[in-house]
Amino acid sequence: MNSNITVLLVDDDSDFLLQQRYELEAEGYKVVTAEGRKKAKEVLKKLKPDIAIIDLMMEAPDAGFVLSYEIKKRYPNTPVIMVTAVTGKTGIEFSSITDDEKHWIKADTIFTKPVRTEQLLKEIKRLVK
Amino acid sequence: MKISNEERLKVLIVDDEEGMCLGAKRIIRDFTVDVNDLGVKVLFDVRSVLKGKEFLDLIEKEKFDIALIDYKLPDFSGLDLLELVTKKGYDMIPMMITAYATFEAAVQATKLGAYDFIAKPFTPDELRSSLRKATVHLLLARHARKSEEERRKLRFQFISVLSHELKAPLAAIEGYLNILQKRYDTISKEDYDMMLGRSIVRLEGMRKLIFDLLDVTRIESGDKKRNLEEVKVEDVTRSAIEAAGFEAKNRNIQINLDVKNPGTMRADRGEIEIIMNNLITNAVKYNKDNGRVDVSLDHMDKKVRISVSDTGIGLEQEDIGRLFEEFVRIKNEHTIGILGSGLGLSTVKKLAKLYGGDVTVQSTPDVGSRFDVELSSMD
Repeated sequence: MNSNITVLLVDDDSDFLLQQRYELEAEGYKVVTAEGRKKAKEVLKKLKPDIAIIDLMMEAPDAGFVLSYEIKKRYPNTPVIMVTAVTGKTGIEFSSITDDEKHWIKADTIFTKPVRTEQLLKEIKRLVK
Repeated sequence: MKISNEERLKVLIVDDEEGMCLGAKRIIRDFTVDVNDLGVKVLFDVRSVLKGKEFLDLIEKEKFDIALIDYKLPDFSGLDLLELVTKKGYDMIPMMITAYATFEAAVQATKLGAYDFIAKPFTPDELRSSLRKATVHLLLARHARKSEEERRKLRFQFISVLSHELKAPLAAIEGYLNILQKRYDTISKEDYDMMLGRSIVRLEGMRKLIFDLLDVTRIESGDKKRNLEEVKVEDVTRSAIEAAGFEAKNRNIQINLDVKNPGTMRADRGEIEIIMNNLITNAVKYNKDNGRVDVSLDHMDKKVRISVSDTGIGLEQEDIGRLFEEFVRIKNEHTIGILGSGLGLSTVKKLAKLYGGDVTVQSTPDVGSRFDVELSSMD
């Protein structure tokens, strides 16, 4: 059903990466993973994901922002879901983010960790048509 | 403490006698107070007004630190003024000046919040002495308040970071359990085994965090009973090397120990174990495969010098400063996948200070790091 849809998962938390991979594969998605921005860039050279799910704080605190920008530059039509635990780590709230900021951040959706798989699947369905 | 800072306090005099205002202003303007406990030299800016109403208007608009209030003003009684000032809770020390120096008046003024009572006519020295007392009191009170606020903020920060660190492994384990519960047939048996393995690793990490946390709180609260004995640091080091041996062997990392001058020190064995375990585990954890760890011990007189160097990923200069803070874990492409509580090195630093020493680090990215610890025997 979803076997022709490729999801790029980027996170430095290898457990989260694995779990999301299993969950998405069980739904029939094709999944490619990368443990950071640099590795994700290598992947992006070789394939165009239909959607990307990326973590914000990886090798650098803003690695997710930069990667999101890079994805949009190379593949403007690829939707990006940003997943972040930033609230717990730094006290920064993302819920108060404005539409203007979202535009600047270049992510289509921002989720705060912990994110439920159902939530993620629903959002993928909405963004990939 | 050495006087290294200057601070200016603002004094406001309210008195209907212009001559008295001028005289007091002259004395105060040239006066300075050294608050040795805080290393601060205090200088004064001084203003005066003739009426109670002017006084109240002015302190509403502008912040003053010390007020000298005359007992008898044309429009107000000094005591009423004092009561108003105290009620409003200004961060200002009020003092009464009066020609009618009676014991009752002094008691009443003190009850209403006057810090001191200066009887007219006063000598320049009497005024200076009162002002000195008020200044020291004010600065120490402010300092205490500020430290308490900082402590509260730090404690809050500690707790919020800690809860995040505890939530992370829980979320990981929960994620695996959720998948296991669903029993997807897209997942192989080996993958399920791997998930169970990862769950155990994360649980162990969480346990380590809790133990590290207990170490920190025990050291900080100081109520841990220290069991001082003659400790052979070499033995403790060998155990720590043995404990790190499993991971070292898996990654073909060689650990060498060089004891320059064998000896003992008076210490709490548990504390020395924490230091050695943390340094050696880190040297393996942040090493490269096929790397080396060199540990050296040198007893000299009442001191022991410990050095642990590795051929690991090293540190950027900008990260070194933060390294010994609680919960700081350096994030970069080399540290992806390495677990840790972020408490180890901050604990080592606290312990080293407890032994009158310190821990320092030299590091080159991609070449390795070297940690030096100096401890004094607790004789």
